[in-house]
Amino acid sequence: MKARAEMPLRGALEVLRAHRRSSDVVITSMGTAREWMAMGPLDPLDFVFVPSSMGEAPPLGLGLALAQPKRRVIACNGDGSTLMNLGALVTIASEAPPNLVLVIFDNGVYEVTGAQPVPGARTVDYAAIARASGIGSVARFDSLDSWRDGAATAFALAGPACIVLDVAPVPGAVGPKSPGPTAVRGPAFMEAVRGEVGR
Amino acid sequence: MTELPGVITGEAIAALLAEMGVTHVVSVADSTIGQWHAAIAAHPALRLVRVCREGEAWAVAGGLYFGGATPLVLIQCTGFFESGDSLRNIVHDWKLPIFSIIGYRSYLNQSTLPGDTCLVFTEPLLTAWKIDWRLITGAAQLGEIRSHYERCRAANVAGAIVVGEGRA
Repeated sequence: MKARAEMPLRGALEVLRAHRRSSDVVITSMGTAREWMAMGPLDPLDFVFVPSSMGEAPPLGLGLALAQPKRRVIACNGDGSTLMNLGALVTIASEAPPNLVLVIFDNGVYEVTGAQPVPGARTVDYAAIARASGIGSVARFDSLDSWRDGAATAFALAGPACIVLDVAPVPGAVGPKSPGPTAVRGPAFMEAVRGEVGR
Repeated sequence: MTELPGVITGEAIAALLAEMGVTHVVSVADSTIGQWHAAIAAHPALRLVRVCREGEAWAVAGGLYFGGATPLVLIQCTGFFESGDSLRNIVHDWKLPIFSIIGYRSYLNQSTLPGDTCLVFTEPLLTAWKIDWRLITGAAQLGEIRSHYERCRAANVAGAIVVGEGRA
């Protein structure tokens, strides 16, 4: 496994949060869900995808983006989850929703199960895979400074867009806990996402 | 083109789904339901979303449903087998009443795949996943799609129509 530059997951998510518009849907799963929930109160348009089916956050985001074309949908996904469902990149490119941003957090490991390396850890180029899948707007950042500097430009790319962030594993991290029963959270999210689109 | 008696055409399916209020058909083709794709894609009230594997279909449908659309999943039973975890999450964890039409490979004819184990596993697995399903075998039963869909909507549960495939 070769050494590479990378940024802290929490810092990467703080940059994302700073660029999130009030009308945006943000989907988090696995490690990003854990950190997102720890960063402060949830927004009604936060979809904490816990429980999840591994690899299905991007398709879920695709469906939301198609149903809600006036909202930007930001779907956060890990590298292991991306590998679980690589075809989703092709589906997203094929459907081409202009309001979908997929953010891949590449830490090289299955963090929530004990940091076992994913296949192809540190060698797979997810930005290249996204481009080759037909996603025209792709950006990759390998440091927190570059991500801070480039986030505004990346979020302004024509959608669908894919942003790849090289992040460091969080030592000793565990899986995210559900923030509440889905029977309550699902309808609440549904009501929020179907509501009027503001800024 | 001369249509075989009892064969369900894409035009008939597309018209029916549109009348039912379906907005998006999320699908992977097979040799039967794939023949319906062109008519579904051409229907002005429907959007055909072609996915790469069936697990994606349930999640795309879930996102569509959360967002206020009315999706339907259209896949073969083999894809239903493949997509179990995604179905479990969307239909049971998140309790979204996604309706599906599932092609039942070899049900009407086993000449291509004698002893096809789809016949062994399709029905028990549908039941195991707690899907309220009905079987149809031809165009004369098209009305059952609508009536079962409406029953499932009223009950707010996931349902499926299983379509016998393999007519020679």
